[in-house]
Amino acid sequence: MIPLWMFLVVGAALFAIGVFGVLARRNAIAILMSIELMLNAVNINLVAFWRYLTPETMSGQAFAIFVFVVAVAEAAVGLALIVAIYRRRQSVVAEDMNVLKW
Amino acid sequence: MELTIEVVVFAVFAIITLAGALGVVLARNLFRAALLLLVSLFGVAGLFVLLAAPFLAAVQVLLYMGGIAILIIFGVMLTRGMVQARQVMNSQWDLAAVIALVTFVILMIVIVQVAQGEGAPLPSLPRGDVAADSIAQLGAALVDPAQYVLPFEVASVLLAGALIGAVYIAREDEAE
Repeated sequence: MIPLWMFLVVGAALFAIGVFGVLARRNAIAILMSIELMLNAVNINLVAFWRYLTPETMSGQAFAIFVFVVAVAEAAVGLALIVAIYRRRQSVVAEDMNVLKW
Repeated sequence: MELTIEVVVFAVFAIITLAGALGVVLARNLFRAALLLLVSLFGVAGLFVLLAAPFLAAVQVLLYMGGIAILIIFGVMLTRGMVQARQVMNSQWDLAAVIALVTFVILMIVIVQVAQGEGAPLPSLPRGDVAADSIAQLGAALVDPAQYVLPFEVASVLLAGALIGAVYIAREDEAE
């Protein structure tokens, strides 16, 4: 059987990759995709801890399902915002969205 | 740790997940990044199967790969002209790389410390087996008033609100 820490390492690496994508990409859709990667890293951790520590209850899987729901809501609203901004400004580069910038 | 079939499968899915994720972050072509996101999400679904959560794996394939990834591909196609950027990264990408690396190192330090800690070290074997009817238990837990029925209903309201809001935000302005 695979020890728990290996799943945690995969989750940590996935989360770090997502952090880099959010901070470094210019395209807003790419930033959204990186956020999905980070949510997936969290889900790996939730399910791994559930499997190894409390497999008799359903708490870990239930939390993972709520993370799914939040991810769907976030993707839907985020993409709608991006499409609306693209209509107005013909750009989805995060640096171009500077109307509210001081 | 001997090289069992389980370890090999874990390694394959872990590599698929992480390589796909790196591709998403680094790909120059946005459409290619979206397709690599599908690959990475598939790897995560494989990890869920290894963790004895087949329902979550199915939800991952149906909802994440079938729903969110397709939504993102639609987003990519609706903002065409942005697919092939001459400059993928912003000016602070080197700082971002440092921050991501520091995040990873801190998480690794915590994992190593806890894995070797005396108090309650991380188990290498699961504490007991998953019940054979775990999917039925999960379904019951989600609608059980003593467990998750309130978060479940709040999640449905959140989802309905988010989707109606998304349609409202993304529709074309008739006034102009």
